Amino acid sequence: MTALLETRGLSLSFGGIVAADNIDFSLHEGERLAVIGQNGAGKTTFINICTGLIKPDSGSVMFDGKVITARSPRDIVRRGMARSFQIPQLFMEHTVRQCLELSGVARQRKLSLFTNLGKANDGPGVDHILELVGLRERQHELCDSLPEGQRKLLDVAMSLMLRPRLLIMDEPTSGVSTEEKHDLMEILMEALEEQKTTSIFVEHDVDIVKRYASRVAAWISGAVAADGAPDTVLADPTIQREVLGI
Amino acid sequence: MGVDTLLLALIDGVSYAGLLFLVALGLTFIFGVVRVLNVAHGSLYAFGGYSAASMGIWFAQGAGSITLSILALILGAGIVGVILGYGLMLLLHRFRDRDPIIQLLVTFGAFMVLEDVQVMIWGTQPYFVSDVMFQMGDTSLLGVVFMNYQLWFIPSVALGVYVLLRWFLKHSLKGRQIIAVTHDREVATALGVNAGRIASFTFIIGASLGALGGALASPTTSLVPGVGADMIVLSFAVVATAGLGQISGALIVALMIGIARSLSVYFLPQFEVVMPYLIMMAVLLIRPQGLFTVAEARRI
Amino acid sequence: MIKRLFITGIVFLAVLGLSVAFPWMRVPLIMALVYGTAALGVVVLLRAGQISFGHAMYMLISGYTVAFLSEAFPGTDGIVLVLAGTGVSLVTGMVLGLFLVRYRGIFFGMLNLAISMVIFTIVTKFYGMTGGSDGMRVPRPSLFGADMDRAGYEATLLIILLILAVVLVFSVQQFFRSSAGEAMASIKTNEDRLEYLGVSAKKLLWQGYAVSAGLCGLAGAFYGLSQGLVTPEAGYWLKSGELVFISILGGSAHAIGVFVAALLFEFVKMYASILVGGSWQLVLGVTLIAIIYFLPDGLTSLLRKKRQTAEVRS
Ligand SMILES: Nc1ncnc2c1ncn2[C@@H]1O[C@H](COP(=O)(O)OP(=O)(O)OP(=O)(O)O)[C@@H](O)[C@H]1O
Ligand SMILES: [Mg+2]
Repeated sequence: MTALLETRGLSLSFGGIVAADNIDFSLHEGERLAVIGQNGAGKTTFINICTGLIKPDSGSVMFDGKVITARSPRDIVRRGMARSFQIPQLFMEHTVRQCLELSGVARQRKLSLFTNLGKANDGPGVDHILELVGLRERQHELCDSLPEGQRKLLDVAMSLMLRPRLLIMDEPTSGVSTEEKHDLMEILMEALEEQKTTSIFVEHDVDIVKRYASRVAAWISGAVAADGAPDTVLADPTIQREVLGI
Repeated sequence: MGVDTLLLALIDGVSYAGLLFLVALGLTFIFGVVRVLNVAHGSLYAFGGYSAASMGIWFAQGAGSITLSILALILGAGIVGVILGYGLMLLLHRFRDRDPIIQLLVTFGAFMVLEDVQVMIWGTQPYFVSDVMFQMGDTSLLGVVFMNYQLWFIPSVALGVYVLLRWFLKHSLKGRQIIAVTHDREVATALGVNAGRIASFTFIIGASLGALGGALASPTTSLVPGVGADMIVLSFAVVATAGLGQISGALIVALMIGIARSLSVYFLPQFEVVMPYLIMMAVLLIRPQGLFTVAEARRI
Repeated sequence: MIKRLFITGIVFLAVLGLSVAFPWMRVPLIMALVYGTAALGVVVLLRAGQISFGHAMYMLISGYTVAFLSEAFPGTDGIVLVLAGTGVSLVTGMVLGLFLVRYRGIFFGMLNLAISMVIFTIVTKFYGMTGGSDGMRVPRPSLFGADMDRAGYEATLLIILLILAVVLVFSVQQFFRSSAGEAMASIKTNEDRLEYLGVSAKKLLWQGYAVSAGLCGLAGAFYGLSQGLVTPEAGYWLKSGELVFISILGGSAHAIGVFVAALLFEFVKMYASILVGGSWQLVLGVTLIAIIYFLPDGLTSLLRKKRQTAEVRS
């Protein structure tokens, strides 16, 4: 079976800092990969390269068997790889509902000058997602007025609206209180299950990783230091020392 | 086309570039610190010119002293720079938290006001006070006669100002604070830099540079209403072509534009006025952030 | 909806009434509608967070197209001239837009400015063809096939412009509410996210740019027809600045704002020149600064505030 996402020899440095160090990596359909790693290990950079925001110095990225290295984010999203952001990226002057509607219309590629956004026929999808992430009450508020936790939710919800084949989530649970983290992950996993979406999520909380990941990859200084089943990787002494700080 | 025409064009271009550089330097310097493109900078140029001419008429005309004439230029520029620079800073301070575009529009409003104030003070009759240019005499190069004022004086003042400003920014405490604010306002403020005072200071220096450009230009052309409006678009072109906030870049681009313009005066006269804009478009086509801005990777 | 039609009707009749009762108000009213139409074009870009300091060039292009055509084909109907002028501006906008939509913020504004300066200079320099800074005359054409005296001509222009204004406000408002329009507005807040939804921000901005050039072209054609003269000044950057002024004054929340702003602008200008003679710029400048200070989001923010308080009460 060919990999859904595959990178070969991906390298990138910012000035003197090596943010990606010869990364060979592959992901298959149906996996749920947790990415762990200390601050500055290069997790976000890896996502940025895979989704086309930054060009690597060398190496290649393949999605669904096709080379997508240094393609634009727009092109990559259209091929079915979406992402969410560590710092929520919303349309601050639009309402919660409009953000989701925009995602819905974008997925159907039905942007038009003649149909009102509200009437673009993705109504049920929007309502469903609103219900799922619990933002129905605030759907008509401006994104600007949401607290951080809910911004995070909306950010992920916008990517879910795209119904991608692969969704990469950059720390979906950061900024969310510890009790709510599990609820949030339940919701996300349920939605991903329903859409049959393969996923990667960056996560710092070991409990969450253990519970929801089918596979774990640990990043150290821009390189993948360990990759495999959660039990194995999390029990690795190097990983425990360097990444988990135990 | 002979060598002498080429020389003529070159010297003209360098002299013009000197003026353009001074004005653009003021604009880009202010932009670097307060992040506002100051449309009223065009008025500073005009006011500097008029005020220098008035000073000249008042105490230097007929006195036959170069020192007095130069003093008139400097005093004219300085007074305008301090008063209008400070005034504009106070005005913009009230809009400091607003969108940069809105701030730009505020300076546009200030420009409209100043245009009329200028007419109220100096009227619509052309002003032309050129004593200093003749006092400085001329030099003959390859059989072509050049005014020393344009050949030496303007270019050396421009270069002098550039060197002085670079030195000041690098080696003085205030200069370093300015660099710090330019780099990251929040961090600089957190480290105890008084951003407000830095802004006033920057505004006064930047405004004085604009006014100095006008003052130095005043002996070479007659001053009429509208000179400010023409100058500001030109210096916008220099600043954008060089990259916003780029001081050394502004020097090089001013030279490029100045020389290209005067070459076209001699060889392609129809293109004289559009030259700066054509250069700007060509440069931004290849380097969208300006010639000297290093593109940074976006961080999300 | 009925309430809206009602208000539209009242405004319509009020303007007509004014122009009948006070014939001297006809020209300022025409000018206000012309500038309102052009500023509406600038507002479209404002929605996307972009400001053009060169859009008067599209008025210029269209105005000169009208002048050239009426010189080359005397007797061409005014409506044909308007269509031609608008068309040429629209096409120019579509072509220049291809290049300009790559830029944002100050660079977008300055490049528009630069191009407008190039066009302004060309028109000024080639006086053999364009009459230089004296401009070109536009002899009064027939409108819809009817020849008219000056009063009738102005009244007809006014009515056409009024109808046009109503149509434009409704359709631009529809554009703002459409999915493409809302997506374009999100260029202002987060273009990166838009791209990450698989949407091309450049394409959306290009659409908006074409619309804005077309609107300015429409305004420019009527400007030429009503003034009977086009000069390069119509495309100088100061005029573009005034358009930006009017559009900020109006605010980008609702398309109606610019027309109110343009009216205010024309009348401040007119009264200022009556009261303080040559110094109307001074009065305008002070007004601009004061309005930005007291009404941060333009005149339409008044509308919204009223609506919000109404909602709170109900
Ligand atoms: N655009 C950029 N320019 C310069 N340096 C960058 C840029 N983006 C990332 N870096 C650097 O690259 C390294 C990796 O950063 P990255 O954001 O990928 O880390 P991360 O693993 O996501 O960390 P965190 O857990 O804090 O999000 C860091 O040292 C960071 O400072
Ligand atoms: Mg990160």
